[in-house]
Amino acid sequence: MSSYLPHTQAEVKAMLEAIGVKSIDDLFSEIPAGLRLNRPLDLPDGLSEAEVVDEMNDLAQMNYGANELLCFLGAGIYDHYIPSAINHLLLRGDFFTAYTPYQAEISQGTLQAIYEYQSLLCGLTGMDVSNASMYEAGTALVEALNMAKAQTGRTRVVIPETVHPEYRRVVKTINAQMGIEIVTVPFEDGVTDMAKLAEVVDDSTAAVVAGYPNFFGSVEDLEALANVAHNVGALLVVTADPLSLGLLTAPGDLGADIVCGEGQSLGIPMSFGGPSLGFMACKEALLRKVPGRITGATVDKTGRRGFVLTLQAREQHIRREKAGSNICSNQALMALNATIYMSLLGRDGIRDVANQSFQKAHHLKKELAARVPAVSFPFAAPFMNEFVIKVPNAKRLLLKMAKQGVLGGVALERWFPSLKDHLLVAVTEKRTAEDLDYYCELLGGLTS
Amino acid sequence: MTEPLIFELSADGRRGYTLPKLDVPEIDPADHIPSKMLRREIPLPSLSEVDVVRHFTRLSRLNHAVDVGFYPLGSCTMKYNPKVNEDMARLPGFAAIHPYQPEETIQGALALLHNLEHALAEICGMDAFTLQPAAGAHGELTGLLIIKAYHRKKKNARTKTKILIPDAGHGTNPASAAMLGFEVVNLKTSSRGGIDLDDLRAKATPEVAGLMLTNPNTLGLFDENLTEIAKIVHGVDGLLYYDGANLNAIMGWSRPGDMGFDIVHVNLHKTFSTPHGGGGPGSGPVGVKAHLAGFLPSPRISFDGKKFKVTDKHADSIGPVRTFLGSFGVLVRAYTYILTLGAEGLKDASSYAVLNANYMMRRLQKTYKLAYDRTCKHEFVLSGKPFAEKGVKTLDIAKRLLDYGYHAPTVYFPLIVEEAIMIEPTETESKQTMDEFIAVMEKIAAEAMTDPEKVKGAPYNTPVTRLDEALAARKPDINFFKRRP
Repeated sequence: MSSYLPHTQAEVKAMLEAIGVKSIDDLFSEIPAGLRLNRPLDLPDGLSEAEVVDEMNDLAQMNYGANELLCFLGAGIYDHYIPSAINHLLLRGDFFTAYTPYQAEISQGTLQAIYEYQSLLCGLTGMDVSNASMYEAGTALVEALNMAKAQTGRTRVVIPETVHPEYRRVVKTINAQMGIEIVTVPFEDGVTDMAKLAEVVDDSTAAVVAGYPNFFGSVEDLEALANVAHNVGALLVVTADPLSLGLLTAPGDLGADIVCGEGQSLGIPMSFGGPSLGFMACKEALLRKVPGRITGATVDKTGRRGFVLTLQAREQHIRREKAGSNICSNQALMALNATIYMSLLGRDGIRDVANQSFQKAHHLKKELAARVPAVSFPFAAPFMNEFVIKVPNAKRLLLKMAKQGVLGGVALERWFPSLKDHLLVAVTEKRTAEDLDYYCELLGGLTS
Repeated sequence: MTEPLIFELSADGRRGYTLPKLDVPEIDPADHIPSKMLRREIPLPSLSEVDVVRHFTRLSRLNHAVDVGFYPLGSCTMKYNPKVNEDMARLPGFAAIHPYQPEETIQGALALLHNLEHALAEICGMDAFTLQPAAGAHGELTGLLIIKAYHRKKKNARTKTKILIPDAGHGTNPASAAMLGFEVVNLKTSSRGGIDLDDLRAKATPEVAGLMLTNPNTLGLFDENLTEIAKIVHGVDGLLYYDGANLNAIMGWSRPGDMGFDIVHVNLHKTFSTPHGGGGPGSGPVGVKAHLAGFLPSPRISFDGKKFKVTDKHADSIGPVRTFLGSFGVLVRAYTYILTLGAEGLKDASSYAVLNANYMMRRLQKTYKLAYDRTCKHEFVLSGKPFAEKGVKTLDIAKRLLDYGYHAPTVYFPLIVEEAIMIEPTETESKQTMDEFIAVMEKIAAEAMTDPEKVKGAPYNTPVTRLDEALAARKPDINFFKRRP
């Protein structure tokens, strides 16, 4: 029997007697014979902890990640430094083995942390309201477009190609089955083509979406995008990288109505893309349309401050088929992770991390331009810490770079046939001047 | 016992984080980004590392959790979360890999996903799995998208408009169906606690696209009529969807695939021991029978005997339901659990979960009203109605339990049982723990009769007492920067 079962034989016997049956099998007797599995599951035998660890180590060692290779990959998931204190706090069993804080009196730790998370997210994004978090960025955008539909009563959304192509695919999978029409707009010089955008936005448009920074790392003119949307009564939905907001103006100050996206950059391990943190924040006017959990401050019977899940009348466990969304969980532990990260960094730290990432990315681009003649740069738009390069034989080059210790970028061809041989290169504060030098040297050597 | 907010602990000039010196020549961001896009104010607090560590440590101590004590929360399977799972998810070979790495550098991760898909398929009796869905409700949405795609492929999308859901079903079932534009038709529960077959026959019209069902259901009861139910629904070309919330009752005993289900989701954060994390992250993989495999979300993982690959071109696929291949860290934990328990251990988990639930049910039915008096599976539902005469509600009993150091059971669900108290002990609790809890439940029942006011005023020993939920909803204070004056 596994060490997770505490039963002694004597206890089992006493329990069976109390129930009034002879064996555990009797408790399954009402399962009709035809529905019973009459053989053992075809799975390996159980293992001791030491054996499990060995087997898992073998699998883990077949991967070569950011600990072995210099990581210049981004596109939503970034290799930032994660302060040690975070993991120690997340491993407190009182946090990670708790359930949803339905019994508020014995869940104040989780509830207050979510309240702090909501506030920090609102502060960073310049929004009034944040929910307690969503699964990840793609589904957060799905919910944001749903909100826009509910708020405007319109069913068309405009999503430029500069928004992460994976988010757009998720939107196509889900929103398109919810009666939402999706219109795409091309890019020009790495940002949304404003002329083409103006052609398709009209008074049937519920929302215009913008990436900030966008998928190519470029910094879009959010104010101009907001104007296009607001002129026809549509909402501006922004997918943002929250860490970049240490350097970039809050989208709320530039006209965004909803800000959502991927929060992994806030101290969460890359972990092959999940679990991560979808976030969702909006202006006050959209409060009643927000999906998912929200924590609010209140008082107890003696007047002390306390926190509860609130505005639950929006949610599925009350409204069932009339709920605006089916979401029934949040990424509480990942939200806590981000909250601890934002608390440790503070206002100076987040600016420093964003700035160093910006500085190092710009340095790399400048060095590449000066030292590697085979590299060209298709876009001149302003960028944050991620940019696009063109190289000969991009896919083969990436494999060669990996063999020499560098994860050199994300090939864009899989989403953009027109961007064959283009790589998206991300730089974080973790990369040193030496790493950047090596990147240039390697790329120069492999392309000469 | 209250803790200041992180903002209230802030003092300008403190820092909890250091960076290496910038080792490239510094440029002025204003020369590269238009100044209106450059931030001036950042409303984050400033704290030292020790401030932050103490704040969150103190907050953690205000929580109840599985590591602290018994958590008999019905429908949530609050079993022990093994520590080794946490270590495995944090191995750098898993935690420090990026989703866009070349396949050649992530063969171990892809192998793990492939193996996990196959293990879940065997446990559920299905043919193919996707690990993408991030939670149970997300799994439901995925399953319903597959149901839609199936009918669309048969050119029946316009006529297949209804989804059947028992009135005892989870709230997410109707919410997921309605999100995709299905009309929800509720099915009645029979006096034995299963689906009312006559009601099902009457409602199984040609418009039915599918049926969503939990088995054992939310009353903790196994529906013996599954074969007949499947026949009726398949008879109108509806698909059977299995909500895997209660899979912990039947592993190794019975499989949804053998019961006639076409699609299942499993909750790794319930049955497969991954931690609930205070409300997430969960994971809700979806399995299907072979005839639906083509509809599964892309990308998918394949193995050609030598190399694991991620493939993205599947003509009938509903498309990705999220970014990347799933909540990988959660999948690592679940896989670790399956390796640890093995075939026999998984069956044992279900056996002892059911033993524990029946033991508690038989002991507690002497004091509380049992909703359906028959052998239960992993959970059972009591009613707090006997105490109504004293003005004591189920909520009061739940709150009084907190005083004795327990988490309350699930209350007021399922909706079809008045004053419902839903208890799921899970297999990882000992008789001793359950006996102590039962004694407290009996004590509270006695208190309700002799001193009802005491029960109605509970809790008393918790970090805060009962909270004013009406105030929280009427005047929302959900953001420190816009707080209620």
